[in-house]
Amino acid sequence: MNMIFSTGAELFDICKENNITISEAAVRYELEIGERTRGEIYSEMRLNLKTMKDSIKQGISSKHVSVSGLVSDDANTLLEFAPESVMGENLTKIVASAMAVTEVNATMGRIVAAPTAGASGILPGVLIEYAHQRRLDDEMLLKALFNASAIGVIIAKNASIAGASGGCQAETGSASAMTASALVEMRGGTVAQSLDAAAMTLKNVMGLVCDPVAGLVECPCIKRNALGAVNAVLCSDMALSGIKSIIPFDEVVISMRNVGRMMHPDLRETAKGGLAATPTGLKIAEQMAKEKYDLAKNSKRD
Amino acid sequence: MNCSIFDIIGPRMIGPSSSHTAGAVRIGQIANKLVNGRVKRAKITLFGSFSETGRGHGTDMAIVAGVLGMDPDEGGIRYSKLTAHQQGIDVSIDFSKEEAAHPNTASVYVQGDDGQEYTYIGTSIGGGRIEITSINDMDVGFTCEYPTLIVFHKDRPGIITRVTAALAERKINIAFMKVFRSQKSQGACMVIETDSNISEEVLKAIENDVDGITEVCSI
Repeated sequence: MNMIFSTGAELFDICKENNITISEAAVRYELEIGERTRGEIYSEMRLNLKTMKDSIKQGISSKHVSVSGLVSDDANTLLEFAPESVMGENLTKIVASAMAVTEVNATMGRIVAAPTAGASGILPGVLIEYAHQRRLDDEMLLKALFNASAIGVIIAKNASIAGASGGCQAETGSASAMTASALVEMRGGTVAQSLDAAAMTLKNVMGLVCDPVAGLVECPCIKRNALGAVNAVLCSDMALSGIKSIIPFDEVVISMRNVGRMMHPDLRETAKGGLAATPTGLKIAEQMAKEKYDLAKNSKRD
Repeated sequence: MNCSIFDIIGPRMIGPSSSHTAGAVRIGQIANKLVNGRVKRAKITLFGSFSETGRGHGTDMAIVAGVLGMDPDEGGIRYSKLTAHQQGIDVSIDFSKEEAAHPNTASVYVQGDDGQEYTYIGTSIGGGRIEITSINDMDVGFTCEYPTLIVFHKDRPGIITRVTAALAERKINIAFMKVFRSQKSQGACMVIETDSNISEEVLKAIENDVDGITEVCSI
C-alpha cells in the first residue's frame, strides 16, 4: 500500500482504506520516504517534544530581552491578566504559552521550527498547554505532532510554509492549520473534522502579509503567534461542533498559494511594506541600523 | 518532492530565524570543518539581508558560533564572540553595503593553525539549509547535506577516474558529483558528496597518489 500523500484527499483515502488516524498515516509516510525506523521516528519526535516543552518553561520562567530590545515579557504580562480575561484562564494560558515560545525564539533561545522559527509558538503552545490542562500524556502529544506534520507536508507540497514566498498566511497560517487538525485528533475527532479544522484556520487568515518591523522575527510575529493559537483552538471547536468548511481543505491550500503569488514582494518578509513601512516601524529600523551592538552587550549572561 | 515530516516539525534550533540564524551557523561550520577544527583566524563579511538585518537576528554571532564548531541548537551561540575571544581565535565581522546575488550571503576567510587558508561564499537558502557557491575563487554549488570531498586539480584527462577509483577501493559510495573549472586546461575542482565519512587517511592518499592534484579537503 502506497502511504505517500500529497493532498488532503489522498490523506483522507489512506486513513479510510487502512482504518488509521492522520497521525499514524504521517508515521507510515515517513517510514516510506525516509530511512528511519518506526522507533527512530518516534525518538526524533520525542526530542522535538522535549525541546518544545523546555521552550515554554523557559519563556514563562525567565525574564528576557531580545537583541533589538523590542521584545520583553508579554507572555507573562498576559498571564497575569488571565483571571480578568474574557478568553478565560485556559485559553489565556494557551495563548501565553504560544507567545512564550516565540519570545524565547526572538531572544535567541532554543526552539523547534514548527513549521518555521517565526511561527514556532503556535503548535507547542496550544498542544502542550492543552495536554497539561487535560492531563494527557506524552504519547497523545506525540500523536498530535505527527498529525500536525501531515498537514504541514501537504501545505508545503502544494503551497508554501515560508513567509518569503507566501506571506504570514503561509507561515503562522500553516502552523495554526497544523495545530487545529492535531487538536481535533487529540479530542477524538474524525479525519474529515481535522481537515475541516485546518481548512477553516487557513481561510481565516487568507491574505495575511509578512511585514516584520526592521526585518526581525519580533513585531508583529509574537502577537500573530498569539492570534494563531486562538485561531487553531476556535477552528478545532467549530469542526468538532459539526461546522464544516464550505471550501474543501485542498482548494483552500491552492488558493492560499495563489494569494501568496499575487502578494507584492514588499509584503513577503522583505520588511518594505505593511507595519515595517509605518513611520514607527521605519524609525525602529533606522535605530537598529545605527546602533552598534558591541561585544559586551551581546555577550552578557542573564 | 516528498519532504520529511521533520522538515515540517524541526529543526531544533536557536532562534530567531532558520535562515538568518540556523543557516548562518551552518555556513560558519564549513570554516571549522575545512581546517579540521583548528581555526586560528576568521574574517566574515555579511551581504544583503544578512548585513541589513543580521544584528537583530544574531547572524554575526551565529556564523562565529559555526566557525567555533557549534551546532545550530547550541545555547552558546549567543556568547560565541566572547568564546572566540577567550579561545584566542581572531574573528572579525564586516557588515557590507554591497549587494550579492542571493540576499542571505556571507563570505568567510578562514586560516587554520597550520597556515592553511580558505575563502568561501555561502548562502542561506531557507529552513536552515545552505549552499556553498564559491570556494577559493572557484564557482561551485553544493549543499553540505552529505559528507563532501573537495578536490582542486589540474584540468586534464584521467584525474577524475583516479579519484573515484580511490573512493571505490575504500567502499565509499558517491551520492552526487560535480566538476567545475575556471578555464579550459587551467584549474578545476571536483565536489563529491558521499554516503559515508571521508577519513584523513583517504584525503592524504588521494592527495599523494593522484598526479595533478593541488589540494584536497573535506567538509
